[in-house]
Amino acid sequence: MSPDPITPPPSEAETVLDVTGLAKSFGSTAVLTSVDLTLRAGRVVCLIGPSGSGKTTVLRSLNGLERPDGGVVRAPGAGLDIDFSGPVDDATRNRLRDLSAMVFQQHNLFPHLTVMQNVIEGPMRVQRRPREEVIAEARSLLERVGLDARRDAYPSELSGGQQQRVGIVRALALRPRLLLFDEPTSALDPELVGDVLSVMKDLADEGWTMAVVTHELAFARDVADEVLFLDDGVVLERGAPERIFTAPREERTRRFLERLMRPF
Amino acid sequence: MDVELILSSLWPLIQGAVTGTIPLALVSFVLGLAVALLAALARLSPRWWLSGIARFYISVIRGTPLIVQLYVVFFGLPSVGVTIPSWPSAIIVLSLNVGGYAAEIIRAAILSIPRGQWEAAYTIGMPRWLALRRIILPQAARVSVPPLSNTFISLVKDTALTSLILVTEMFRKAQQIAAFSNEFLLLYIEAAVLYWVICLVLSAGQGTLERRLERHVA
Ligand SMILES: Nc1ncnc2c1ncn2[C@@H]1O[C@H](COP(=O)(O)OP(=O)(O)OP(=O)(O)O)[C@@H](O)[C@H]1O
Ligand SMILES: [Mg+2]
Repeated sequence: MSPDPITPPPSEAETVLDVTGLAKSFGSTAVLTSVDLTLRAGRVVCLIGPSGSGKTTVLRSLNGLERPDGGVVRAPGAGLDIDFSGPVDDATRNRLRDLSAMVFQQHNLFPHLTVMQNVIEGPMRVQRRPREEVIAEARSLLERVGLDARRDAYPSELSGGQQQRVGIVRALALRPRLLLFDEPTSALDPELVGDVLSVMKDLADEGWTMAVVTHELAFARDVADEVLFLDDGVVLERGAPERIFTAPREERTRRFLERLMRPF
Repeated sequence: MDVELILSSLWPLIQGAVTGTIPLALVSFVLGLAVALLAALARLSPRWWLSGIARFYISVIRGTPLIVQLYVVFFGLPSVGVTIPSWPSAIIVLSLNVGGYAAEIIRAAILSIPRGQWEAAYTIGMPRWLALRRIILPQAARVSVPPLSNTFISLVKDTALTSLILVTEMFRKAQQIAAFSNEFLLLYIEAAVLYWVICLVLSAGQGTLERRLERHVA
């Protein structure tokens, strides 16, 4: 295979996180059967798939909110090689969590803290970085999403789109290697979606490594390097967005996309 | 109506409130809250023996009359050689009593904070105890304010029971003056009015506090 001179093949970018055979059951229900996923530096992977297919569970597993019962997660840069079929100690799980930062569907901002306090809580209380530095960085991040002027507001005083942008800044302030987005715009009023997506697109252009669960096909087409179609706990199909969206190989992928584009 | 007696007894009764009723309620409430927080956290602990102890404590406190609890400590314990004077007895019993009721309030408040708040705290790297202290408890505290204010107002009235273990708070003062002057109805109504005034002031304070805390709750 000769490398494409314009877009280098993904294998040339450093692997941030490599997941093989990720499995998770809740009681007797297998939610993830075996999910393979590679996140490379500066690349964006979008996860799509029907409700209940396990998209959220994949992200939550990578962020340590769920404990998978099988699969191997490797992070070469952090020297992590975790086999979830065996016991995994808390320290290892925390090191995996520290690689990534999560943006939730329902922003989950802390309602009793101001915008600024929300953003600096992790860097200051957990990472114990110097206050001046953390605040300066927080302000420039807020500035970038157009919210520096609202830094003393409480989350309840912001619009949904503004809240979600603060959620993104709170994640960025942790200086993660990797950003995880779980349907960041699906709880928003339609006219607020664009603001959040454009922030995400800027992040992708800047070279952030991202895994995004989304049903915004236009966004995925524009920003994703790879699209994964998840169905019933397995990756049924994967590929470049144009290929998946224009020529899906699997019948189920095709039907899912059809329903998304023509909901009724 | 004996206006002179009302006026001359007013000062000793107010004194009883200021040096007895109010400090007794305040001290017991603060200690009781500390007990309640520990009991609530123990009750939520995954360790069965810890939550079992907390459950037992809460059940005993809520399942027995306060007056009986006071009698056990003040009149009962001396027969096994443990003699505690009336003031410390009153503070111990009232604190443990408030602790039992407030523990359930605090536990319910902690459970009412959405799961997403725990998860957001975990994703910014917080361990469990830090998430509890920085994220969950401050929100639970706001949720608990209205029911805890009610607990405090009840406590203020309950302090009158400690007159039975000889604490010289407002109601005991009233009993003493009544016995001395033979004006039972007058003195007891006077005491009732004073309790009522104290509770009116506390309710007004509660309203203000709640309005201020209503902001920024999810
Ligand atoms: N804590 C849990 N306990 C039991 N079942 C769960 C739990 N969390 C998720 N599930 C189940 O796992 C399955 C996959 O859930 P998941 O949230 O990952 O799906 P999803 O692809 O994100 O769906 P959606 O598009 O609706 O968000 C669902 O059937 C869900 O009911
Ligand atoms: Mg989901």
